[in-house]
Amino acid sequence: MEFISYLVNGLGLGSVYAIIALGYTMVYGIAKMLNFAHGDVIMVGAYISFFALMNFGLPIIPATLVAIVCCTLLGVTIEKLAYKPLRQASSLAVLITAIGVSYFLQNGAQLLWSSATKVYPSAMPAGSLRIGEFSISWLTLITIAVCLLIMAALTTFINKTKTGRAMRACSEDKGAAILMGINVNFIISVTFAIGSGLAAIASVLLCSTYPSVFPTLGAMPGIKAFTAAVFGGIGSIPGAFLGGLLLGIIEILAKAYISTQLSDAIVFAVLIVVLLIKPTGLLGKKLSVKV
Amino acid sequence: MRNATLLKKIFAMTAAAAMVVSLAACGSSGGSAPAATTAAAAEAPAEAASGAAIKIGGSGPLTGGAAVYGIAVKNAAELAVEEINAKGGQQYELKFEDDAHDPEKAVTAYGVLKDWGMQASLATVTSAPGAAVAPMYKDDHIFGITPSGSSLAVVYEDPDNAANPFGNVFQMCFTDPNQGVASADYLAAHTDLGSKVAVIYKNDDNYSSGIFAKFKAEAAVKGLEIVYEGTFDDSNASDFSVQIQKSQAAGADIVYLPIYYEPASLILTKAAAEGYAPTFFGNDGMDGILTLEGFDTSLAEGVYLLTPFSADASDDLTKNFVTKYQERYGDIPNQFAADSYDCIYAIVQAIEAEGLTADKSPSEFCDGLVKQFTSMTFNGLTGQDMTWAATGEVSKAPKAVIIKDGAYVGVED
Repeated sequence: MEFISYLVNGLGLGSVYAIIALGYTMVYGIAKMLNFAHGDVIMVGAYISFFALMNFGLPIIPATLVAIVCCTLLGVTIEKLAYKPLRQASSLAVLITAIGVSYFLQNGAQLLWSSATKVYPSAMPAGSLRIGEFSISWLTLITIAVCLLIMAALTTFINKTKTGRAMRACSEDKGAAILMGINVNFIISVTFAIGSGLAAIASVLLCSTYPSVFPTLGAMPGIKAFTAAVFGGIGSIPGAFLGGLLLGIIEILAKAYISTQLSDAIVFAVLIVVLLIKPTGLLGKKLSVKV
Repeated sequence: MRNATLLKKIFAMTAAAAMVVSLAACGSSGGSAPAATTAAAAEAPAEAASGAAIKIGGSGPLTGGAAVYGIAVKNAAELAVEEINAKGGQQYELKFEDDAHDPEKAVTAYGVLKDWGMQASLATVTSAPGAAVAPMYKDDHIFGITPSGSSLAVVYEDPDNAANPFGNVFQMCFTDPNQGVASADYLAAHTDLGSKVAVIYKNDDNYSSGIFAKFKAEAAVKGLEIVYEGTFDDSNASDFSVQIQKSQAAGADIVYLPIYYEPASLILTKAAAEGYAPTFFGNDGMDGILTLEGFDTSLAEGVYLLTPFSADASDDLTKNFVTKYQERYGDIPNQFAADSYDCIYAIVQAIEAEGLTADKSPSEFCDGLVKQFTSMTFNGLTGQDMTWAATGEVSKAPKAVIIKDGAYVGVED
């Protein structure tokens, strides 16, 4: 019984990682860059939903929508101002810019909202679902359900819509996509918009589960989700989903059965082993480098 | 092509400029607070009746995760200095720098204070920065007494063996080992609270693991049963589901949290969600949980703290301090504020006993203050008949406090 309860907690944590990892993996798949500012977009989403809930008294769903709109705008703006001018630059320059944006957002948040921790209000349904002697909190169930819903919606969008097809084309061969008349800049903006919108949803789920809001809150989940994206195969959407869930489960089970001190060491040891056996991650595509 | 490269260059330069501006902005966020302090402090000596003021320095986190402590210390120190200056006689000037609970920034702050010419100091508010600057206090022969830097590393060059004390850095608070020992003694003596203890501590933090090590040793001596030991660190300080479940499964009726209040608030929230209601027991780091923005204080109801100060005490000294502090800053002062207030009064008591004047050098202050502190007895907010050992450690009695109706209330034995 205990094991199932750890497993469910792991799934809950993993679902949050998965939603964040989707943002990393989509941007990598299409723009071929690591958006290290993604974690900080989550932080901004957390603050915006916090203020929507606390200061404007909005219910949870409108508050989430406000956060989604703001984060989407923020994501697109970051892309336009910081990354688009570097489209032709070396990938190292873009990476460093992303780190710069990350610091900019963190310090900006400190300036605007102070560094003191704020406690996120509990706006999600409390209590838990009981099946016999076993109970799952509603919050964990909602988190897992939202993650599945997002995954389903995203897969449909990528496979069935025209924009989705254009996104896949860009990720396979940007040059050929341009020749086919696809507006690559627009597609990249759409990718950033979707990734940042997902970050806003992740921020609400993350802060509802772990209710503290502070300017560096996105850093750790960001790094873990990036790990999840690499674990599952960066660039692959099902990979990010699988990687996120597995990472969450491994983390919780390692804490429960091995040692709370070693849980992170174990998570990263598993990552190293997976990458040694499958260098492109669990579901990553094998890359053939063209000469 | 030339134009394109030129454009790129212009862009790169603009980007670089933007970065510099953003960095400068970060710098100013830290810098503005101390600047304001200096301005406020500068007004006081202008009204001073009797010539030059004695300069007291200090640094602490006014920004960052531990800001609650630094702000409390700064507020209370300002209040104490103002009270003393209002009496006339020797005037004092306070300069309090921000160190953001960062050892490197604390070293910078120390340099600023030394150049300013501080003659006595509140050292640092937190332990890690305190350990970084303590050797400098020793080398430069400047007296420091930390209100709340509780690690042994703040007073000993060799903290692992409690050997080689700096000799001129003193503590107003208990050392970490003393907190651990006192907590185990208290729990062993009050078995009505429970008999099975679970501990959740932060293993990458000196403060937390230091208290825990001594707690564990003392618990073994006193026959206190520890049924679960859980840890967390910076990288997983948000998910406590496992630690709570394990404590519950182990049948713990006391959960000892020798940690700061921010992770503690998450633990309390998670335990409430799981319907787990043991007695939570903390140390001075738990102080501050009631002023956390947005925290549902009903979750902290019944939490025990072993701390030397409770704001509801009925003696005149505490009443006067709490009223004035609340009038001025709007909050009920916590233990850090009380320690800081005591530090200023203890320094002033020692200066007056030694007959030091503003024209003496920091080194002369240091000799005189060390002599006084190792021989005097001080009565303050955080204890009666406090004395200091030559190592800088304080001797005073801890007091159990319970959170009731959203306030800290002293527990009657």
